[in-house]
Amino acid sequence: MSFLSYLINGISLGSVYAIIALGYTMVYGIAKMLNFAHGDIIMIGAYIVFTCVSTAGMHPALAVLLAVIGCTVLGVLIERVAYRPLRSAASPLAVLITAIGMSYLLQNLALLIFGANTKNFPEIITLPSLSLADGQLNITGTSLLTIGVCVVIMAALMIFIRKTKAGQAMLAVSEDKGAAQLMGINVNGTIALTFAIGSALAAIAGVLLCSAYPSLTPYTGSMPGIRAFVAAVFGGIGSVPGALIGGILLGVIEILGRAYISSQLADAIVFGVLIVVLLVKPTGILGKNIQEKV
Amino acid sequence: MLSKWKALKKTTRSNAITYAIVIVAYLIIQLLSGLGLLSSLFTGLLVPLCTYVILAVSLNLVVGFLGELSLGHAGFMCVGAFASAFFSRCMEQAIPASGVRFLIALIIGAVCAGIFGILIGIPVLRLKGDYLAIVTLAFGEIIKNVINVLFIGRDENGFHFSTKDALSLNMSADGDVIINGPQGITGTPKDSTFTVGIILILITLFLVTNLIHSRSGRAIMAIRDNRIAAESIGINITKYKLMAFAISAALAGVAGVLYAHNLSTLTATPKNFGYNMSIMILVFVVLGGIGSIRGSIIAAVVLTLLPEMLRGLSDYRMLIYAIVLILMMLFNWAPKAIEWREKYLSRLPFLARKKGESTGKEEV
Amino acid sequence: MALLDVTNLSISFGGLRAVDAFEIHIEKGQLYGLIGPNGAGKTTVFNLLTGVYRPDEGIIRLDGTDITGKTPIEINRSGIARTFQNIRLFKELSVLDNVKAGLHNHYRYSTLEGIFRLPKFRRMEREMDERAVEILKVFDLDKEAAVTASNLPYGKQRKLEIARAIATQPKLLLLDEPAAGMNPNETGELMETIRFVRSHFDMTILLIEHDMKLVSGICEKLTVLNFGQVLAQGDTSDVLNNPEVITAYLGDE
Repeated sequence: MSFLSYLINGISLGSVYAIIALGYTMVYGIAKMLNFAHGDIIMIGAYIVFTCVSTAGMHPALAVLLAVIGCTVLGVLIERVAYRPLRSAASPLAVLITAIGMSYLLQNLALLIFGANTKNFPEIITLPSLSLADGQLNITGTSLLTIGVCVVIMAALMIFIRKTKAGQAMLAVSEDKGAAQLMGINVNGTIALTFAIGSALAAIAGVLLCSAYPSLTPYTGSMPGIRAFVAAVFGGIGSVPGALIGGILLGVIEILGRAYISSQLADAIVFGVLIVVLLVKPTGILGKNIQEKV
Repeated sequence: MLSKWKALKKTTRSNAITYAIVIVAYLIIQLLSGLGLLSSLFTGLLVPLCTYVILAVSLNLVVGFLGELSLGHAGFMCVGAFASAFFSRCMEQAIPASGVRFLIALIIGAVCAGIFGILIGIPVLRLKGDYLAIVTLAFGEIIKNVINVLFIGRDENGFHFSTKDALSLNMSADGDVIINGPQGITGTPKDSTFTVGIILILITLFLVTNLIHSRSGRAIMAIRDNRIAAESIGINITKYKLMAFAISAALAGVAGVLYAHNLSTLTATPKNFGYNMSIMILVFVVLGGIGSIRGSIIAAVVLTLLPEMLRGLSDYRMLIYAIVLILMMLFNWAPKAIEWREKYLSRLPFLARKKGESTGKEEV
Repeated sequence: MALLDVTNLSISFGGLRAVDAFEIHIEKGQLYGLIGPNGAGKTTVFNLLTGVYRPDEGIIRLDGTDITGKTPIEINRSGIARTFQNIRLFKELSVLDNVKAGLHNHYRYSTLEGIFRLPKFRRMEREMDERAVEILKVFDLDKEAAVTASNLPYGKQRKLEIARAIATQPKLLLLDEPAAGMNPNETGELMETIRFVRSHFDMTILLIEHDMKLVSGICEKLTVLNFGQVLAQGDTSDVLNNPEVITAYLGDE
């Protein structure tokens, strides 16, 4: 029974990773950049909810909505101000370093506003726990909601990409920016939309993450951010289902590794599995293999 | 004298200037410190500064000259630091001459890190671009993580190992715990000084610049510029990639030795050996100009001192640091900013660059 | 025996037979042309000959040695050098260093000798410099030796790529559309250069080209490729007057 409950915890944590990984994978697929600041958007989203609920006493649902809006605006703003001017820079490293700078900026902004002290994230998910097998298997409401939200988001996103014009434009831009432009697709707009979706998802991920692990600091987002990025690479960066698979796998490996192998070596296990996967499949589980044309 | 100087090759002159900058900076700081004009805070920063310079120059070999993105540089530094500190800690009594001991420690640190570079490089260099970056990041994190669960002790029966805790080492009463898991290594002899650091910087410069301007360096840069063409003229890609990666890792190991022997307690934390450190070194390299050794040195020094100089601004300093970083990137790399600079700043004679001249990428 | 002996060379990509039972025999010192409509598989043949792709079937012999299935590096070392359709120079390196990179396997000294600037390093580098300048002179590029390769005008970049290939001292030189993007003046000049390269370096050359003036002007023999198969092969004038070749180029009327 304990194995099952670890597994469910793993899937739940993995769902959070998957939601964050979506932001990385979509941005990477379309803008071909590693948005290092993505993890910190999560943290900002969590702080917005914290402030709205704990300080201003707002209704949690309203607080989450505000966090989603806040993060969306922030994500689009960052793209416009810091990343867009560097899109055609001579080296792809330029925008990577700027993203790193943006990550520092967000962390230190949060540090300045909220201080370094750990904040206790309010309990906003009040779903009852699910008790199975005569109380031997207990699944928390947060876990259930997290998994549910992840499934809904994935499904919605896949439908959005397949069925809507904006979604098709995203695919086109990710295939070939130049050709998409010639076809009359608004490339800048599409990239901005991608950042908007990714950042909105980050806000949701922040709420879910902090509901499961309720301590909030300015650095809360950075390690889950890196792990989620690993998940995106794992599943094949640029692929939406890949983010789901990578995220869930990573969450399960992390929790099972902690439980059965060593809690101190959890990071080493997660990263070790990533390396093995990439050595076997150099572009991740669902990644496309692109060969350079001679 | 002047004509002799002009007759030298451009690269030779450029190298000489780089060495001169380092030596002059050393002399000035020694003079100021002799006059008692340096704060203890600043003096304490000198050895770390040397460490960062070595790290930046060695990472530039991989990022700037081999053209591969590595985010695991702090991991190699970590290997060098722990291997050498372990040695020095064990041999403090056996080899009392600190100079000899430190020299051996240096070699051990460099060799261990270099071996890790090769071990990691063999599988990893098949990957490209961002995949290589993320795997090197993963390796760095694994190294840090494993060191944090490593316990090694020594008593009259020899060495004892454990991955649980110090008690599980099962040592006799007078046993000595050398590596104590997350508490790391305590009591490493403080053999690192500013002078040692500067000498190591000069050695690093010598190795890297001379490597670049040799047959092997040309092969490394050829691979960076066009792998397929390099293959087509018979350059052994794997060999030169590994060579650049291993030398870079070994030099990071040297930086680790310098770092470890400057501290009484060496621990592996996310701050000193985590991916954040690797990223910081990458920032030095990119901001200093990818492929410019002198730029790496200057960026490492300026970006290390900047937060310290802003100390008076207390809480705002890291915020300003971040903003400065973003603005500098935009100013240096955004095509529009470059256009603007060429339009307005090129009127200033000292900034004008003759057309058709080398872009400075190979300049060292 | 021919310098290059290729029999029954085939490769498929996802069911499509890109090159099918390709044969070619090139004698030492020949200037040989490989022509055909776009998409006929000409560059694929080059990629097979240089080891970029591994053939599904067939044997490639260079000077009597079987080089089928070898890596590009090994094939270059056994004596084939090439240029690329979309120029592949070492952009950030100087013109001189591009050629010196081509000399890589012929002037050897160890990495340590290089780092510590030992006498062998100095001697070898000096000899490399001399040899590289000699080659650059042939292409009239010696005055631009210090220029960064990416700053060269287009026509000179093409020449530099040939110079770099020559530096590897090949027995057989493959040129992939050397005149692409050149104006008639430049093409004329290029024809002279190719002829000169052949006599000066005693080289055998196989080239892909669309410019019929160049092909008929300098090639002694031709192979025409259409849909991956050899359509015609033989002396230039015979091949160009072959009705099947004319149809393939102009289409059925």
